[in-house]
Amino acid sequence: MANTQLPPADPEPSLNRVDGRLKVTGAATYSAEYPIDNLAHAVLITSTIAKGRITTINAKPAEAAPGVLAVISHRNTPGVPAYPPVKQPAERAPVGTAFRVFYDELIYFSGQPVALVVAQTLEQAQQAASLVEIDYQTETHQTDFVANRSKAAIAANVQRNKTSPFQDYDRGDPDAMPSAEVKMEATYTIPTQHHQPLEPHAIIAVWEADDKLTVYDKNQGVKSAQGNLAQAFKLPRENVKVNAQFIGGAFGSGIRVWPHTVAAVLAAKQVRRPVKLVLGRELMFTSVGYRPFTEQKIAMGATKTGILTAIRHEGIGQTSAYEEHLERTILATRAMYACLNVSTRYRLLNLDVNTPTWMRGPGDATGMFALESALDELAFALQLDPLELRLRNHADADPERNLPWSAKSLKECYRMGSEQFGWKNRKPEPRSMQVDGMLVGYGMASSLYGFHRHPSKAKAMMQADGSVVVQSATMDIGPGTGTAMTQIAARILGVSPQKVRFDLGDSSLPDAPGQNGSATIPSVGSAVHDACKALKNKLLILGASMPGSILSSAWPDEIVIRNGRIYPTAESRSSVSYTDILKYHKLPQVEMTEESKSGPERDQYSMYSFGCHFVEVQVSPVTGEVRVKRVVTCADVGKIINYKTARSQSIGGVVGGIGMALMEESVMDHRYGRYVTSDFASYHIPVHADIPQIEVFFVDQPDVHVNPIGAKGLGEIAIVGVAAAVANAVFHATGKRVRELPITVDKLV
Amino acid sequence: MKPFEYVRPSTLQEAIDLVVSNPKAQFIAGGTNLIDLMKHGIAAPEKLVDINHLPLKKIEKRDGFLRIGALVLNSEVASHKRVLDKHPLLVQALHAGASGQLRNMATVGGNLLQRTRCPYFYDRAFPCNKRVPGSGCGALGGINRMHAIFGVPVKPNPRSCIAVHPSDLSVALSALEATVWVLGPRGERQIPMADFHRLPNNRPEQDTTLSNGELITAVEIPDAVFPKHVHYLKVRDRASYAFALVSVAAALDIDQNRIKTARLAMGGVAHKPWRLFEAEKMLTGQVASETVFRQAAEVAMQGARAFEHNAYKLSVAPNVIVQALKIAAGLS
Ligand SMILES: Cc1cc2nc3c(=O)[nH]c(=O)nc-3n(C[C@H](O)[C@H](O)[C@H](O)COP(=O)(O)OP(=O)(O)OC[C@H]3O[C@@H](n4cnc5c(N)ncnc54)[C@H](O)[C@@H]3O)c2cc1C
Ligand code: SF4
Repeated sequence: MANTQLPPADPEPSLNRVDGRLKVTGAATYSAEYPIDNLAHAVLITSTIAKGRITTINAKPAEAAPGVLAVISHRNTPGVPAYPPVKQPAERAPVGTAFRVFYDELIYFSGQPVALVVAQTLEQAQQAASLVEIDYQTETHQTDFVANRSKAAIAANVQRNKTSPFQDYDRGDPDAMPSAEVKMEATYTIPTQHHQPLEPHAIIAVWEADDKLTVYDKNQGVKSAQGNLAQAFKLPRENVKVNAQFIGGAFGSGIRVWPHTVAAVLAAKQVRRPVKLVLGRELMFTSVGYRPFTEQKIAMGATKTGILTAIRHEGIGQTSAYEEHLERTILATRAMYACLNVSTRYRLLNLDVNTPTWMRGPGDATGMFALESALDELAFALQLDPLELRLRNHADADPERNLPWSAKSLKECYRMGSEQFGWKNRKPEPRSMQVDGMLVGYGMASSLYGFHRHPSKAKAMMQADGSVVVQSATMDIGPGTGTAMTQIAARILGVSPQKVRFDLGDSSLPDAPGQNGSATIPSVGSAVHDACKALKNKLLILGASMPGSILSSAWPDEIVIRNGRIYPTAESRSSVSYTDILKYHKLPQVEMTEESKSGPERDQYSMYSFGCHFVEVQVSPVTGEVRVKRVVTCADVGKIINYKTARSQSIGGVVGGIGMALMEESVMDHRYGRYVTSDFASYHIPVHADIPQIEVFFVDQPDVHVNPIGAKGLGEIAIVGVAAAVANAVFHATGKRVRELPITVDKLV
Repeated sequence: MKPFEYVRPSTLQEAIDLVVSNPKAQFIAGGTNLIDLMKHGIAAPEKLVDINHLPLKKIEKRDGFLRIGALVLNSEVASHKRVLDKHPLLVQALHAGASGQLRNMATVGGNLLQRTRCPYFYDRAFPCNKRVPGSGCGALGGINRMHAIFGVPVKPNPRSCIAVHPSDLSVALSALEATVWVLGPRGERQIPMADFHRLPNNRPEQDTTLSNGELITAVEIPDAVFPKHVHYLKVRDRASYAFALVSVAAALDIDQNRIKTARLAMGGVAHKPWRLFEAEKMLTGQVASETVFRQAAEVAMQGARAFEHNAYKLSVAPNVIVQALKIAAGLS
């Protein structure tokens, strides 16, 4: 990649968000907002203890309260058909069992749903919920990671699966570490962090018939939600309809079907009415997963010239007592740098908490915080520029799989980023730069994120009036999926984007994966590409078959389509339009559905997105307050479909990373096994004043090996590494290495 | 939220009578704190007495005082010409608090009476002496990063509370020696800011020295001798929209570099705005310098005690005192 110039900020004017107007005018309908007749309202009651059992539930006063339709708990639940019969006496579910809502009297975590009050109005349900009296018998709980660390073990499901990537991993020479010329070792901790999207999770459950269910549910995958609910309620898949057209952010919190969703469906069954359940902010801390508390130990060995000779990376992640949540924490270390001798270990610690889930850049954001901090520490020990250390250890091929990269322009990212940032102005000594009495620090970190592409289908339809409808059961949790897909379709079909409508978020549409793993553009984008291409070809054939058609002798490669008109060559004056073709054939519409998926290239190449972040912080030597002053972020994610939405994604990732680095922390009082940060006054996320200018650059070169559109994922890589870049900048500013996120005042004074 | 009755009295007396006659009645002004407390089931008034239409919305110049009505919005105070000119400390403190939207709803009276942000107070699953007297203090042996370092019991007892008062405005009003005017069943009285909020002692459920049915009508601020040399410095976990870890309101009357009068109050460190009387005394008559300010900070910190997670306040607070004084004195 010898692109020495900076790519233009936006090679063609980006399409504005197709649903932007709907969103900013409030016209977009979110899950809780569907106007459904005869709607009843539910309020969830959750356990106040972390472990034990419910001894009594006195629902009488609540049941007698005005407007109350039902108080549902394990004692009177209509039951989830897929749950096994309850044992008498109740037995704790073995590890590996998804949480079963209102199943028995056992309590697994504080905040566990124990009852649901359904009433005519929300206010009545809230009032009645305050009248439900629940008594518990407590058992000793364990929620404290640090106190229980020694119990961490290889996950049972890794033990069973010999090919699991989470098996202990060793490559190269085990003696490389002891004999290294320069060594470092340190432990890094990230606290529990919550997604907390602006829109809380919400569902409206409607039983259309005894065996027909419709839900308007906030989630990140209508198809998987459909499958899950169908299985839970033993319904034919097609009898379950899941609608999630607009999502007000999720960051991973909507990847699973959570207990509250099942609870609302149960309630709707019980009261024989549609039921709405919206989680309050405090319930969002215990109902929809989180980024798990994780401790990592990294040891590194290098030559005096800064060539990595050994890396050992051990991670312990927290999970619940009933499920094993694994994440990529230690995996990036095997692929990121050219180091011959690498060992990784991954352990899980079961605690009496709810199960974590994927949160933006799952595992990688965590792991790269440790790896990239450690590299900075090593650079300091070597008296070497941190960027130079990374360049010296650049992996030209995947050192883990011994495969060529499908494409990698990380060096180009380093070059662009460092130039734009002015990295050369960094004085190497910590605490050596100051402005207006503030300590100034420059920090950087690399990032990577694996390429994911899942089988996806899309249907493309040309209508008689020349407008196009493209459909796929994909999602848009915020990145602008509809916009990007519209753009892909419009480009291939040669129509204006205004002529294209893209439908998503509905389980009756063609199969697509949920929106996670930064897989949407690579997967669904490819399907849209293929479907539109097939549609175009079909229309060209139909066009060529018209008597005397100018297309009958045209070369497919030379055909040019502009604004829905097809020209045999770029120079042709005469053309035929899509509308002409459909009209001639008397067709109301022409449609094509295509499935797109990976092929053998997955075994021939190693596929990742790469990037880097450069951060300037200022730290007050008086108060210890850290403020980020400037961020330059660069990514190589293949072809950029829409600069504007891509830029927004990157900015959002950096904002999330700043939150992760400086403020996000869910604090638990382990005496109670309960969070003390359960609102936005105590769980801090960045506000505008915390966010400086963020400059985003893309390499924007198609990766020709990954898929037909040459585009890789961007959503997650945008956050991966940011926290390390901030922590490294704080070290440079203050000389103080904070290895325990978030970096708050108390850790710097 | 429990069902409640909503009434809108048309006179001050009517409002007071409504609250006096029903111990479960409560005034509501901007509602930015009370509604939250009701949603959490911490406040459960049977009757909300909406005072928003009462004539307490003026900022008036009086002889030797500026009188700010209890219902003047935080944002109105912060943009009032006379306040900007004569009491910039108030403006700084207000701007350091909450967010633009909240300041557009929050009133001066409500701000003084907002309740602590101790998380144990907010979650009914935890014990809390302020919420349920005698249930224990969750924070004492729990998470107390935000909690008090002054006015805390040497020997904790079953009624202890180590919460801090969250108001920024109150800290500035303390430093400016404002007076709170209240009207109640027994008529009108004036309470100096220093006596308005109280230390928990054995009654943490009681934040202030107000009695039931007493309505704040105004705060009065003596004409400033300090319009120039003031600063409000707030340390927090993010750049805006966060409660103080430590804050300092500093006001100096300086004549040719010599301090004639000094006023200092701290927020985020005690159950009430914490006036630094001893430090003020120490500063009086001194030539303003960093050394002197350091000495004052040392004096100010005497008697401070930390708990498991808030020891950092012992290091940050003196720095913040010095910095606020330096900025106020124009030395920084
Ligand atoms: C997210 C958030 C962040 C915040 N951050 C800050 C911050 O950083 N700094 C800060 O200082 N504040 C902060 N606040 C608090 C905010 O300033 C207060 O909520 C507000 O000032 C309360 O005023 P109000 O008029 O809304 O009071 P209300 O909620 O109406 O009333 C509060 C209490 O005062 C009583 N009351 C009100 N007026 C009178 C009166 N005239 N006489 C007698 N009793 C009365 C009510 O009965 C009630 O008990 C924050 C609030 C929120 C929600
Ligand atoms: S510090 Fe006060 S408010 Fe907090 S738990 Fe203790 S008693 Fe309650």
